[in-house]
Amino acid sequence: MKTVFHGKRITGIMSVVPETVVKFDDEVENYTFPPKQTMRLKKIMGYEQHRIVKETTATSDFCVFGLQHMLDQGWLKKEEIGAIIVATSVPDHFVPPVSSIIHGKFELDPEVVCLDISQGCTAFYMGLIQAFMLLDHLPNKKAIVFASDVLSKKTSRQDRNSYPLVGDACGIAVVENDSKASDIHAIVRNKGDLKGVLTIPAGGSRLACSAETAVMRDTEGDGNLRCLDNLCMQGSEVFVFAQVEVPPLVNDTLKFAGINKEDVELYLLHQPNRFMLRKLAERMEVPYEKVPMNLVENFGNSSGACIPLSITYNFPDLMKEKETKCMLCAFGSGLTWGAMTMDLGELDFCEMLQSNL
Amino acid sequence: MEKIYAILNDLHPEFDYRDSDDYIEDGLLDSFDAVQLISELEEKFHITIDGLDILPENIGSIHAIVNLIRKSGGKI
Repeated sequence: MKTVFHGKRITGIMSVVPETVVKFDDEVENYTFPPKQTMRLKKIMGYEQHRIVKETTATSDFCVFGLQHMLDQGWLKKEEIGAIIVATSVPDHFVPPVSSIIHGKFELDPEVVCLDISQGCTAFYMGLIQAFMLLDHLPNKKAIVFASDVLSKKTSRQDRNSYPLVGDACGIAVVENDSKASDIHAIVRNKGDLKGVLTIPAGGSRLACSAETAVMRDTEGDGNLRCLDNLCMQGSEVFVFAQVEVPPLVNDTLKFAGINKEDVELYLLHQPNRFMLRKLAERMEVPYEKVPMNLVENFGNSSGACIPLSITYNFPDLMKEKETKCMLCAFGSGLTWGAMTMDLGELDFCEMLQSNL
Repeated sequence: MEKIYAILNDLHPEFDYRDSDDYIEDGLLDSFDAVQLISELEEKFHITIDGLDILPENIGSIHAIVNLIRKSGGKI
């Protein structure tokens, strides 16, 4: 899809992270690899620490925590909400959807639209797309986008490919109609992942969870132990996919928007790891300074919440003070990749919240 | 080439990189090793390696690594 959204604006962003900080050094003994070899990854991949939820925390808990805070602060009123969009790859249950759980917790109006999207790395991006489209039918309401994932619960602690990367978090955006808003140019692309480059094999209708799917094995022959209920990521393929597809997408989106790459002040990319982001910045031919790449070392890769987390962590004051020409770009599981240009800023709020979740 | 062998041996002192024609096939380099190798090559040879060139076939042997360095503007 390639389209222009008219009269839509993000008016507030917040993120919620768990209070539990787990250091990379403390997990080194979990892996089958020699500790000295594993410790090398700290420098190269930017592994330092990540945020992990408690065992009792589910995806909706993040969303509810964040929404409650917004209501308590007076940033939002319940009667203003016209749609709840939750984009996640780890819902509380298959049924009911997370958006319905949120609706129930806050006893929202029956006519509020509740929509769950199954998305991982592109959750926030696709959630925004849905919000922009829905708002055409909600003239006097606001859409709330939640990109929330607790992937630590679906990742083996003995998988050195994935576990050090994973960070749990939720990003939330309030999106509104605004006739004075600048146009948002967006392109989203897909290439169906039939090879399982990024997958959680068991738990759905293809393969139900069982005692067999819970058996830990070196399924890929790479020394990492995981079961079929766990996330499995082919790191090399993901790297190549991003290098091949993201720079042309960025260029095409800039051309579509009629702006030069120098005009963009911030490239707000999904945060897989520092090495991949450096290589992307080089291929995109944009200076590192315009591409925040510090999320993994501080919070882990929080899947679809990366972009709002990056905004609230790196630019809380800037985003409240002025409009900034930004490109948002997400890429990952699906395989899906999307970019959009927007003037982002003068937000009513831009805050990161630490929770006891 | 000694500089390259030194980088490889620093990654895995337990392996003999002179005795292999295919580091990937022989299990001497995994994807994380590749990331570290690329970073070390960039630093030691003062080059920037294009992300699209970071492929198994370009780091799978000493000759492939030499070609990669030269392609990236480095001097051996």
